[in-house]
Amino acid sequence: MRYYLDHAATTPMIPQVLEAYTAALAGVGNPSSIHSHGQRAKQVLEESRERVAASLNCDPVEVIFTSGGTEAINAALKGLWWARNTDRPRPVIAVPPGEHHATTDTVEWLETHERARILDLPVDADGRIEPEGMRAALAGVGPASGPDASSSDDVALASVIWANNEVGTVQPIAELAAIARERGVPIHSDAVGAFGSVPVDFRASGLDALSVSAHKIGGPVGIGALVLGRSTTVVPLLHGGGQQRRIRSGTQDVAAAVAFAVAAELAVGGLKQHAIELAALRDRLVAGVHEIAPDAVLRGSVTDRLPGNAHFTFPGCEGDSLLFLLDMAGVSVSTGSACTAGVSELSHVLLGMGVPEREARGALRFSLGSTSTDADVDALLAALPAALTRARAAGHSDRPR
Amino acid sequence: MLGICRPGRAGGGERRLGFMRVLAAMSGGVDSAVAAARAVDAGHEVVGVHLALSRMPGTLRTGSRGCCTIEDSMDAQRAANVLGIPYYVWDFSERFKADVVDDFIAEYAAGRTPNPCMRCNERIKFAALLDKALELGFDAVCTGHYATVVIDENGDRELHRSAAWAKDQSYVLGVLTADQLAHSMFPLGATPSKAEVRAEAAARGLGVAAKPDSHDICFISDGDTRGWLAERVDLQPGAIVDRDGAVVGQHEGSQSYTVGQRRGLGLSVPAPDGRPRFVLEVKTRTNEVVVGPKEALATAEIGGSRFTWAGRPPADPATPFDCEVQIRAHADPVPAVAVVMNGELVVTPSVPLDGVAPGQTAVIYVGTRVLGQCTIDRTVSAVPA
Repeated sequence: MRYYLDHAATTPMIPQVLEAYTAALAGVGNPSSIHSHGQRAKQVLEESRERVAASLNCDPVEVIFTSGGTEAINAALKGLWWARNTDRPRPVIAVPPGEHHATTDTVEWLETHERARILDLPVDADGRIEPEGMRAALAGVGPASGPDASSSDDVALASVIWANNEVGTVQPIAELAAIARERGVPIHSDAVGAFGSVPVDFRASGLDALSVSAHKIGGPVGIGALVLGRSTTVVPLLHGGGQQRRIRSGTQDVAAAVAFAVAAELAVGGLKQHAIELAALRDRLVAGVHEIAPDAVLRGSVTDRLPGNAHFTFPGCEGDSLLFLLDMAGVSVSTGSACTAGVSELSHVLLGMGVPEREARGALRFSLGSTSTDADVDALLAALPAALTRARAAGHSDRPR
Repeated sequence: MLGICRPGRAGGGERRLGFMRVLAAMSGGVDSAVAAARAVDAGHEVVGVHLALSRMPGTLRTGSRGCCTIEDSMDAQRAANVLGIPYYVWDFSERFKADVVDDFIAEYAAGRTPNPCMRCNERIKFAALLDKALELGFDAVCTGHYATVVIDENGDRELHRSAAWAKDQSYVLGVLTADQLAHSMFPLGATPSKAEVRAEAAARGLGVAAKPDSHDICFISDGDTRGWLAERVDLQPGAIVDRDGAVVGQHEGSQSYTVGQRRGLGLSVPAPDGRPRFVLEVKTRTNEVVVGPKEALATAEIGGSRFTWAGRPPADPATPFDCEVQIRAHADPVPAVAVVMNGELVVTPSVPLDGVAPGQTAVIYVGTRVLGQCTIDRTVSAVPA
């Protein structure tokens, strides 16, 4: 028997989604074609777009389907950067530490290749962005006085993650968006980890752009969306047939859009109840872990937290050792951080929160989702004591003495 | 499912006779893949582990160089898939840098000629990796080295040469101690040739069957050891002198020379007899390179204070005993007499050895058995100056 506690990486496709997906795959017709087959495909595509838009509370025309979260984030950040640097240079990108790699690596690319300057938005020990800190940081790049004193016009864009994918901290997005708006800075949010777990309302958020992905909510891998406000301009990443406001050329994936729409409706429809149940299961997991390992530290915010997320650092051992031992015992978990060729990297999220390197090495993330049950938590809690004993015996033996 | 999470250290709990939980170190090459396959066939519970040794791994393998690219890791994973065993990557890049790469640089900076593969076996594969494996519940580490472990009449482990003389790697395993040998498996030891291993890999459907062998030092990806070292060792110009101390040329940094080197000396004063001269000694303290005639390279005695026994030591190491000595991975062994004296292993070959440099490892054998080794601290020339 195997137990899956890594829903934040990807979560099983919901049966209704799979059914709608496979049924739609059987259809033929390019939605850009003029004939009846094309029109039929276009109809199904646009119905799906409307359903996704309704789930996110935005206009259908604001939904731009992409290949997933990474593409949506790249399209938003690079697109905004180029658009904001066409009439005059705006060299600054405001971003907190501990964003997902899709954001940090895109911003670093812009720093290297487009001479962007990164403005760090401060986070607290829970990884929460402090609104006053953001206001002060943005004010630091605007004129100190005069008619433009309220503007930070040198800032091309700001981007903040809605809910941290590692430690699960949920950000006060509306507050942050309001500050950006005050300073005249367009703001994007990576809502890939938040959508389906906490309410994500594009219109109420005050954001200019937002990225989501289907496979994190029970849809298929390979489709996501950039929600781009109708008044927001970006320079496109992909050029070609001019589909989707000329922002994302490429034949549109009708079947994936259908599957995404079904998953989004299910996620948003049952969100409240689902979140309550998930949080209860998660709290049982957290209590159980603390009973086994009183010295384990729950990272991230206790109150503003994704309902399915439990992230710990376990002193005196490597998260990788624990992951290996739990896997051998049939329990799939994650260290939470990105990995390169099978090796988890030291979490830049934890380091950004001020966690010392040695403590950060003991990180382990348990994430629950739609198929999680008490049996999953029981299996973890049964396997954890022996795994901890062994992992602590091995200690940091793979590090220099 | 592996019962690895059972409490207690490896060796406890119920198990079948001779059955072990084996960690197969898989580089992505053909040897370690076949070794893992044989461990599976022998009925052991095997888990494949690839060691990440580079912090910035290259994406693709280039020619026969390097062994730590992402492509190699994928090759190892595909081999594990074919064998039907779990596969993980364990990160030893920081330990590898500290214990192997930095050691390599420090040894060169001190004018010695180290063997990084031996250091890696000594400090990473059969130390850091083996320690971690034992703590995490394994009984043994299995590698694709060509060497043989023999259990003697007392149940003690001996390390022997492999059946494939041309591929024999017992030299680079000479640093293993009894404790390490007790937890090591070399399933390729009895195989007569590499061709046989490749054929077996092909028959098993392993994609790495025809993958080229790796050569050179894995962390110097372009194979330019001298250039790589020059960027990392502080080189100062100095004098090249003959054995009498007379200056015969200039160098750009004594550490970039190795004992036995002939080419690239650029000497300004010709030898009196007109014969070629060779590097005899690198004196980093005075930043001098000593050169002289070929016969002066002949070494009559070597000594090293850092020595280990590969299993059972000689009954009385303080009494001179007959053995054979080998000073490079693919050098021929030479009959010798060895003795432990004043905390040093002293080896006297029956005929002088050529090109021995401090920092190298002398492995001593009795027949096919590896008896032990020392890192060479000092040499005595057969031809006094």
